[in-house]
Amino acid sequence: MNLELLIPELTLAVFAGVVIIADTLIKQKRVLAQVSLSALVISAGVSLAMWGGNIPAIFSNMLATDNFAIFFKLLFLGIAFLVILASIDYVDKFVHFQGEYYALVLLATLGMMLMAASADLISIYVALELTSISLCALVCFLKDAKSTEASLKYILLAALSSAILLYGMALVFGFTGKTQLSEIAKAIQAVPMSTLVNSPALVLGMVLLIAGFGFKIAAVPFQMWVPDVYEGAPTPITAYLSVASKAAGFAVIIRVFFAAFGNAWLSMNWSIIFAVLAAITMTIGNVAAIPQSNIKRLFGYSSIAQAGYLMVGLATLGIASASDIAGRSSILFFLTAYAFTNLGAFIAIIAISNKLGSDLIDDYTGMGKRAPLVALALTLCLISLIGIPPAAGFMAKFYIFTTAVKHGLLWLVIIAVINSVISAYYYLRVVKVMWLGEAVSPEKVPSSAVLRLGLLLAALGVLLLGILPGNGIKLAEFAARIFTF
Amino acid sequence: MGYLSWILFLPIVGAFLIAFVVGKRENVIRGTAAVFTFITFVLAAVVFATFDRSPAAAGLFQFEEKVLWIAPLKAYYHLGVDGLSLPMMLLTTFLGFLSVLISWKIHLRPREYFAWLLLLETSILGVFVSLDLLLFFIFWEIEVIPMYFLISIWGAGRKEYSATKYVVYTLFGSAFMLAGILSLYFATGSLSMVDITTKGLGMVQSVMRPAPIFFLILTAFAVKLPVFPLHTWLPDAHTDAPTAASVMLAGVLIKMGGYGMIRVVSFFPDVARQYALILVVLAIIGVLYGAAVTMRQTDFKRLIAYSSISHMGYVLLGIFALGKVSLVGASLQMVSHGLVTGLLFAMVGLVMHNAHERDLRNLGGLARQVPVITVVFSIAGLASLGLPTTSGFAAEFITFIGSYTSTAVPGIQFYTILGVLGVVVTAGYILWMLQRVFYGPVLEKYNEVKDADALEKVYMFALVAVIMLVGIYPAVVTDVLKLGISPIVKLLGG
Repeated sequence: MNLELLIPELTLAVFAGVVIIADTLIKQKRVLAQVSLSALVISAGVSLAMWGGNIPAIFSNMLATDNFAIFFKLLFLGIAFLVILASIDYVDKFVHFQGEYYALVLLATLGMMLMAASADLISIYVALELTSISLCALVCFLKDAKSTEASLKYILLAALSSAILLYGMALVFGFTGKTQLSEIAKAIQAVPMSTLVNSPALVLGMVLLIAGFGFKIAAVPFQMWVPDVYEGAPTPITAYLSVASKAAGFAVIIRVFFAAFGNAWLSMNWSIIFAVLAAITMTIGNVAAIPQSNIKRLFGYSSIAQAGYLMVGLATLGIASASDIAGRSSILFFLTAYAFTNLGAFIAIIAISNKLGSDLIDDYTGMGKRAPLVALALTLCLISLIGIPPAAGFMAKFYIFTTAVKHGLLWLVIIAVINSVISAYYYLRVVKVMWLGEAVSPEKVPSSAVLRLGLLLAALGVLLLGILPGNGIKLAEFAARIFTF
Repeated sequence: MGYLSWILFLPIVGAFLIAFVVGKRENVIRGTAAVFTFITFVLAAVVFATFDRSPAAAGLFQFEEKVLWIAPLKAYYHLGVDGLSLPMMLLTTFLGFLSVLISWKIHLRPREYFAWLLLLETSILGVFVSLDLLLFFIFWEIEVIPMYFLISIWGAGRKEYSATKYVVYTLFGSAFMLAGILSLYFATGSLSMVDITTKGLGMVQSVMRPAPIFFLILTAFAVKLPVFPLHTWLPDAHTDAPTAASVMLAGVLIKMGGYGMIRVVSFFPDVARQYALILVVLAIIGVLYGAAVTMRQTDFKRLIAYSSISHMGYVLLGIFALGKVSLVGASLQMVSHGLVTGLLFAMVGLVMHNAHERDLRNLGGLARQVPVITVVFSIAGLASLGLPTTSGFAAEFITFIGSYTSTAVPGIQFYTILGVLGVVVTAGYILWMLQRVFYGPVLEKYNEVKDADALEKVYMFALVAVIMLVGIYPAVVTDVLKLGISPIVKLLGG
C-alpha cells in the first residue's frame, strides 16, 4: 500500500469532515471558507510535489498517479479554489448549512480527482457517483422552486446516465472479463479482427459508455439538463459544474477510450462517433444560445457548444497514433483555458447579479459605466469564449484545430470555425448591452475584494495563456506524455 | 527590441496609459494619444528613410526580429518589412497620427475612444509587419474589437447594426482564413511566411491540394478589400463610423485585404495564375457596379464609402493581372487611395460637423462660406478621379498600363478597357458631388458655418502635400514597392 500517494485526496476528505464539525462550533462562518481554501492549497501542494515522478498505479491498479492524473487534480483544485472565493459573499444567502456547502464542494472535488485518476471501471463508477451526489446536493442549495427543480432534474438524469454507464461497463466486462483498463485493452487486442468486427456487444458497450459520459460533458443528445440546472443552481455551483464537471468527464473519457479502446479498429469507430457528435453538439449549443435572455442559461448553452469544440479533440485522439500526444495535450490545454475563461465570466456574473438580484441580460445594460472593471473582465472572457485573440480561448481553439487538421479532420474544423462565428453573435450581445446601452441608474455596482481577487486571477490566466501559451502547452504535453495506467 | 517592435507596441502602451493611468482630463488624454502616435510615425519614417533600396535588397526582409514564441507550435514572434509592407506601415502610422488630430473634438467618453483608436493602430500595423502566419492572424482578428466599439459607440445612424454586420462579415472571412492557415501549416509544416514564399510548394509534405487552401485564405481578404459580392458591409460600416474610424477603415484597414492577397499570391503562384481570370472579372464588376451605385447616392458620406468599392476594384485588377507593373500599380493605388479617401472622409466629417447636414440634396453653395474646405475638398476629389499631379493619377495610370500589358491572363486588355470606363463614371460622380455641395446658389442657412480651424488645416495640408508629392514624384513610393514586388513576379514566372 502506498497510502502517501493518496494524501491529496485524503486531505480533502478529512477537511470536509472538519468543516462540517467546525460549522457547529464556530459563529464566524468566514473561517469555514478559509479552512476549505487551506485544504485545497495543501492538497495542491502535495500533488505538485508528486508531479514529474513516474509513480506506478496504486490499489491494485485501480488508481493511477501519473502526470495526467496530477494535471487534472491541480486543475480541479484550482477551479475549486476560485469557486470558493466566488462563494464567500454568495453563501450569505443561505441561513443554514454553510458548512455543508463548503464540505460538499470539497467532496465533489475529491470525486473529480478520483475520476481523473481512476484506471478501473469500478473505481471510475464510484468516483463518478461521489461527484454526482455531491453536486446534486449543491444544486438545490438555494431551496427555491427553480433550484429544487434543477436538482431533481440533475439527480434523475444523473441516475439514468449512471444506469446506462453501468450497462455499458457490464457489456465491456462481459466481452473481456476484465475491469482494469489496460487489461481490457490487452483482452481486446488478443481477439482476432474478424471476431471483433462481429461483436456488437463490445461496440454497444462502448457506445453506452459514450452516452453515460456524454451526460457529464453535456454533449448532445445528453444536454437536456444543462440550461435548467445552470439556471436554477447557485451561481458559483453553476460555474463549478460548467468547468470542473466537464473537465472531469473529459479526463475519464480520454483515459478510458485511450487506454481501453485503443485498438485501431475500435478507435476509428469511436473517433467517427465523437466527430459527428462534436459537429451536432456545437451547432445545437450555439444556435440554441442565440435567443436566450437569462445569462446563466446563455452560459449553459455556451458550455454545450464548448464541449463540442473539445470533442473535436476527442475525434482527433481516435485517429492519432498512440505516440502522438498533440491530440491529448490540446484537450488538456483547452480545458485549462476554458476553466480560466468561464470562471472569470461567472465570477463577474456573480459580482453583478448579486447586487442586481437578476440574471437577465437586459439588466446588464450600462454595466460598462456602473462597474467598469468587472465589465472589462467579463468582456475579456466573452472574447475568449468566441475565440478572438489575444485571449486564451483563441490559442486553445488554434491548438485543438491544428491537431485536428493534421489528422484529416478539415471538414470538422470548418464546421467548428463557422460555429465560432455564430457564437460571436450571442456573446457580443452581452458585450453590447454592457458598453452601449444607457444605464438604467447611474448608481455604481460595487464588488467585494475577494471577488475582485478571483476575477483578477482568472483574467490574468486568460491573458497569459492567450499571449504566451508556450509553457502552458508544454505542461499539457508533459502531462499527456507520461501516461501510465 | 528593434524599431518594428517599438512601432508596433508604442500605440498599445499609449492606449494602456490612456485607459488606466492618465486620468479623465480631455487635454491630457488627447495629448497622450497624439504624442504616442506621433513618435510611432517618426520611427516609421526613420525606418522608411534607412530602408536599403539597393537592387540586391529585392525580396529581402529588413529590420527583422525573430524570437521563438510558442515552441510546441513552432510559432515565432517574427517581424520584418519588405518593399511591399513598408509603405503600408508608414501610411498606417501617418493616418494613425492624423486620426488622433481628426478626433480632437470628440467629447463622448474620450478615454475609451482614444484607447480603442490606438489599439486599432497597433492591430493594423501588426498585420503589415508580421511574418509569422499565427501572429498575422492574431493581429488580423484583434482589429475587429476596437473597430466594433468605435463604430457602435461613437458612430451615427444605424451604428449598432453596422458594427455587428462588420464583425460578422470579418469573422466569417477569418474563419475561412483560419482553416486555410491551418491547412497550409499542416501542408508545409511551417508558419513562416518567408519560408512558404521562398521555398514555395516545394515544402508541401502532404497530398492536400493547394487550390482549396488558396481560396480559403483568399476569402478573408476578399471580404476585407472588399470584392463584389462580399462588399455589402462596407457602405454601412464606413457611413456609420465616426470620422476618424472611417479614415482608418478606408485608409488602411481595407488595404490589409489587398496586402494579404499579394502575399497569398506569392504563396501559390500557380494557383493564382490558374484562377486569375475569375478575380479579374470580379474586379471589373466591382469597378463598374461600385461606380454606378455611387452615382445614385444622396448621402454625402455614403457616396464616398461606395466610391471605395469601385477604387478597390482597380487594386484587385492590378493584383490579378499578375504583371510586374500592374502589381506595383495596385500597391501604389492602395497607398494613394489610403491618402485620398482618408482626406475625403476627414473633409466629409468636417462638413458634417460644421454644417450639421449630410444630405446632398439639402447642401449647396458652401464655396463662399467655407473656402478652405472647398479648395481642399476639390483637390481630394480631383485626386480621387485621377487628375495628373495627384497620386490618384499615378496609381491608376500605372495599374492600367500594367494590366493592359500583362501576359499572364488571356483577354486582360478587354477587361482593362472596361475598367478604364470606371474612371469616366468616377469623374461624373465626383464632379457632380462637388457641384451639389459647394457650388450653385449660396444658401443663407449656412452663413454661420465655420471654416477649418488651425488644427484642421494641419492635417488637411499634410495630406494634400503627400498626395501631391506622390503624384508628382511617384518613385518615392514605387522604388520601394518594386523591391517587394519583383521577387513575387519572379515566382509568377514573369
